[in-house]
Amino acid sequence: MNVIEKILAAHSCEAELHPGKIVDVSLDAVMANDATACLAIDIFKEQIGAERVFDPEKVILIMDHYTPSSSIAAADSHNKMRDFAKEQGLPYVYDGVGVCHQLMMEHHVVPGQVVIGADSHTCSYGALGVLATGMGSTDVAVAWSQGRIWMKVPEGISIHVTGKWPKGVYAKDLILRIVGDLTAGGATYRAICFKGAAIEALGMAERMTLANMVIEAGAKFAYIQPDEKTRAYLEQMDRQEYLVYEDDEDAVYEQTLDFDIGHLEPQIAYPHSVDNVKDLFEFKGLPLNELFLGACTNGRYEDLEVAASVLKGRKVAKGVRFLITPASTNVYLRAVKSGLISVLVESGAMIGTPGCSACFGGTGGILGKNERLLSTANRNFRGRVGSPESEIYLASPATVAASALTGCITDPREVLQ
Amino acid sequence: MIQGKAIVFTDNIDTDQIIGAHLLSLPSISEMAPFTFEHHPHFVTEFARGDILVGGKNFGCGSSREQAPAVLKERGVAAIVAKSFARIFFRNAVNLGLPVIVCSKTEELRDFTKLEIAGDRLLDLGTGRAYAIQPLPPFIQSLVDDGGIIAHLRRKGKTA
Repeated sequence: MNVIEKILAAHSCEAELHPGKIVDVSLDAVMANDATACLAIDIFKEQIGAERVFDPEKVILIMDHYTPSSSIAAADSHNKMRDFAKEQGLPYVYDGVGVCHQLMMEHHVVPGQVVIGADSHTCSYGALGVLATGMGSTDVAVAWSQGRIWMKVPEGISIHVTGKWPKGVYAKDLILRIVGDLTAGGATYRAICFKGAAIEALGMAERMTLANMVIEAGAKFAYIQPDEKTRAYLEQMDRQEYLVYEDDEDAVYEQTLDFDIGHLEPQIAYPHSVDNVKDLFEFKGLPLNELFLGACTNGRYEDLEVAASVLKGRKVAKGVRFLITPASTNVYLRAVKSGLISVLVESGAMIGTPGCSACFGGTGGILGKNERLLSTANRNFRGRVGSPESEIYLASPATVAASALTGCITDPREVLQ
Repeated sequence: MIQGKAIVFTDNIDTDQIIGAHLLSLPSISEMAPFTFEHHPHFVTEFARGDILVGGKNFGCGSSREQAPAVLKERGVAAIVAKSFARIFFRNAVNLGLPVIVCSKTEELRDFTKLEIAGDRLLDLGTGRAYAIQPLPPFIQSLVDDGGIIAHLRRKGKTA
């Protein structure tokens, strides 16, 4: 079996699993956020008629999409989540302290687990060797009540990445290129396993960026084999007990793709689909109105650090606004203590409250008619961040920071210090 | 059997387009429903209760928001026929009892033509052409037959 099949087998008490089989799996955690939890609460109570969640320690509620509450409806929905948490005795409820996936990876998940969340980017936890996937509010309500959910064992795609990372090219550029190559539905119902020396060379932050975006090709799971870096990350977050699974020698993958990172250029995804991906130079000089660095894709300390290295001693171009939102308060505090935040603020950037921010269009940074945004987020769908007549381009933190200096799309290799 | 007028969409219709981020915190699906596809003039002006949505590849991609299939159901979409569906949207639609039908030839279907879905056939009543519908895996079909995951669990005695 491959590692995906082995983890699913262990969670469904099956000896042997193969793609296509439908299994009932036990869940190690179930996450919902403020865009999806209230609907799940209604379904849990009114349709299922349930009274108690299966295990309060494993039901995690996170307010991040509309924080600080951005409307009366959002404030009311937050109160509904708080009331539910109190009534069910849930110990883990996060309120405006970070993006759900960042918080789950900082505080909850460990390798070898199976986790679902009512958010499509739940696949991010594959960076830590967790089988995690997004589902809707009904499945989450069922999972709250049963502690289990059905899953189809997916086919695997093994992406083997080798070569030396060129200057100015990051995991974000690689995953944009992969989504462009696979297309937006090209990996539907598949598990994508990232392997090879170029993946092992990445730190945890960039591994999270890779795993975060597999859903943009339709994939169900991402998976990166845990290693010494994973162990060190988890230990620093005080999590040491877990099981690490590996491919058997005869593991089968439906497809194996090879990628040499040495030839990759900085990439851009252009409106209005994430699989519209080209080399950056094709958009060089395109004028921008807003820039955003953050989200579960690229709001980590390492991302802020890259931006600060570009912006140090320089100023954001006149006439553009640059919003930077740390992915969690942990990231924020670390960046305050190390002085990164001073560098960013001195350059003219605005700092947002940890959360989904201008990735989602639920709080600040909303775009007006005919405005153009360059973002480190994961989606560029029409109207996602405001006006349906605005445009969203996606890129790495280095590209976004370099472009903030000029006010137009700029190759980060020209300004990296 | 389902009959209805076709409203045709392109490939990769994402759930943000079906129901925007700023609307998801509204207190109920019925309050969100008037904003379904709010920036698609085609849907806004032409859709009537009982119509069938026709998509290309990867219908319902993007966000896991179950509000997307829920508002379509609330507005009276009779079924969605597409070449393929995004995984989470497909699951959500099955869970809600909204018929989602996979047919490899949707590019041949024209706007406003009358469609009939019966058994394993999709019939274009305008042209008289019949198309095969891809069968669902038996387990998924049993969820559809039971009327969604909750009714399925209830039948198995697994709910309160």
